[in-house]
Amino acid sequence: MAQDPRATASDVVSQAAIQAVSLEKSYGHVRALCGVDLRVAAGTVLGLLGPNGAGKTTVVRILSTLLAPDAGSAQVTGLDVVRDASTLRAEIGLAGQYAAVDENLTGRENLEMVGRLYHLGRRPARKRARELLERFDLVDAGPRLVRTYSGGMRRRLDLAAALVAHPPVLFLDEPTAGLDPRSRISLWEMVEDRVAAGTTVLLTTQYLDEADRLADRIAVIDHGRVIAEGTSDELKRQVGGERVEIVLGAQDQAEAAVWALAELAQGPCSARDGVIDVPIRRREGAIVEAVHRLDEAGVVVHDLAVRRPTLDDVFLALTGRAAEHENGRDVGRQDGAAGGEHVRAGDVR
Amino acid sequence: MTALRHAVGDTLMLAERSLKRIPRNPELLTAFTLQPIMFVLVFVYVFGGAIQTPGFGSYEDFLMPGIIVQTMAFGGYVTALSLVEDMHRGLIDRFRSLPMARSAVLSGRTLADIVTSCLSLAIMIVVGLLVGFSFSAPPAQVAAGIGLMLLFGYAFSWIFAWIGLVVSTPEAANSFAVMIIFPLTFASSAFVPPETMPAGLRTFATDINPFSTMVDALRALFLDSPAGNDVWGAIAWCVGLIVVFGSLSVARYRRAVST
Repeated sequence: MAQDPRATASDVVSQAAIQAVSLEKSYGHVRALCGVDLRVAAGTVLGLLGPNGAGKTTVVRILSTLLAPDAGSAQVTGLDVVRDASTLRAEIGLAGQYAAVDENLTGRENLEMVGRLYHLGRRPARKRARELLERFDLVDAGPRLVRTYSGGMRRRLDLAAALVAHPPVLFLDEPTAGLDPRSRISLWEMVEDRVAAGTTVLLTTQYLDEADRLADRIAVIDHGRVIAEGTSDELKRQVGGERVEIVLGAQDQAEAAVWALAELAQGPCSARDGVIDVPIRRREGAIVEAVHRLDEAGVVVHDLAVRRPTLDDVFLALTGRAAEHENGRDVGRQDGAAGGEHVRAGDVR
Repeated sequence: MTALRHAVGDTLMLAERSLKRIPRNPELLTAFTLQPIMFVLVFVYVFGGAIQTPGFGSYEDFLMPGIIVQTMAFGGYVTALSLVEDMHRGLIDRFRSLPMARSAVLSGRTLADIVTSCLSLAIMIVVGLLVGFSFSAPPAQVAAGIGLMLLFGYAFSWIFAWIGLVVSTPEAANSFAVMIIFPLTFASSAFVPPETMPAGLRTFATDINPFSTMVDALRALFLDSPAGNDVWGAIAWCVGLIVVFGSLSVARYRRAVST
């Protein structure tokens, strides 16, 4: 019997459930990761936030033993992802955007199969499958073939499959990509439930509201590098205070509006789709002054609001561009879940 | 010891998974049973009257081993399809993230093919007997012929495993299969005696094409016709294919899943 490699790991390392140092990975000429460092304390959630192609999935694949890094090293629950890969696999659960479940098996058969591949034994695997179907609200769907499931049900089953062996560490690769809002919220609740039970989670997402809601700490990743790391509030503080958001009556007045507000702004204003975003020094009097200046410049304003910065602003400030989303929309703001407190000033002319 | 028991258990689990899906995809099942039956009917009743097979009791006797070989070769096609699908859907990633035996995905998949091979072999023998085929060899030899076909089917499972890992769509796997198997079976001794083919093709059909070796070996075992070295040659081909495509598939599997 080989000695458990964790026994030799230092106490400092064992404090972190996930620890990655200088991870590098290239696919041919494309450098997917150029030195990624991450540390996730046991029982916490790290959100790995970044656009498509930033390297998020590569990080998850390395940490979940699917891919060996070209350079650097990583430990999960104190086990090396390359050297101790086979021991480590019993300690992790992986769920992702592809909902890796067998279409031609029923939900229950899928969970039983995963349980038996974890070597739980036939009877315990069956019992565990039943428990998970209950917890994930799939009891009725359990005996049905997965190909009849909706997207949300598949994701729930996928997440359930990742939890079969009670793994202390869970990797979620864009778990809600492409889901409708209700399914997203229900999946979030299920993840939160696991976290409350002490599971460490590394979650990748390109949805800012998802990171904001689920993650204790957020690492922003872009072009294979972690460009910022901290709590949601810390990151937001980096981009400064509140902002005035102005919806223009006519898009061609964007330039005029930015000019008119230049003196009021603390930092660069952004103009996108007829919406001007102005970082401000202080809230008091900002609306009145903005309205006054815009009026003088002859700019027609449709709507005007003061809001706190969102992770979207963080992203914009850090990368110099807006977060990219599959549907081209700003998901972070679409349902108001991003924490932006709107102070409506009504229609101003 | 535990590792070996797990490897066997994991393989059986994945074979079970592969077999469960068969009755749930009736369209696949009909493709694998109806297509060879149609071949039998077309060759026996359409072409059969015009094909001379000197040395054989009837065209049915000549034909059935040929069609059985073709059917066995096609059987592994399911392996290509399901590997393409598993890769595409990320199921292979799930399996790789589990503490299961690495070999189990491929070995479980090809093991399941042996079961489906038995099924289609049984169907082909029944259909053969119905259209007038008769075994003229002793039972032990017939059993050896059945064993050889299962081995041959298993060899093709590994060819298809490799194809499934190389191509990226089910359509590509399909055209790969058709492109390999149809020309090789038609340019062999499976459906017509090669004697009437033009010189170059005849040489290919009699001396090179492994399908001819396989068909002639099966005829020897089922009909007690003179075998020459065909049976040993057929076994050698099967073992060689399993070794070559087994290693290619395993290497490709490792590569495919790690990028």
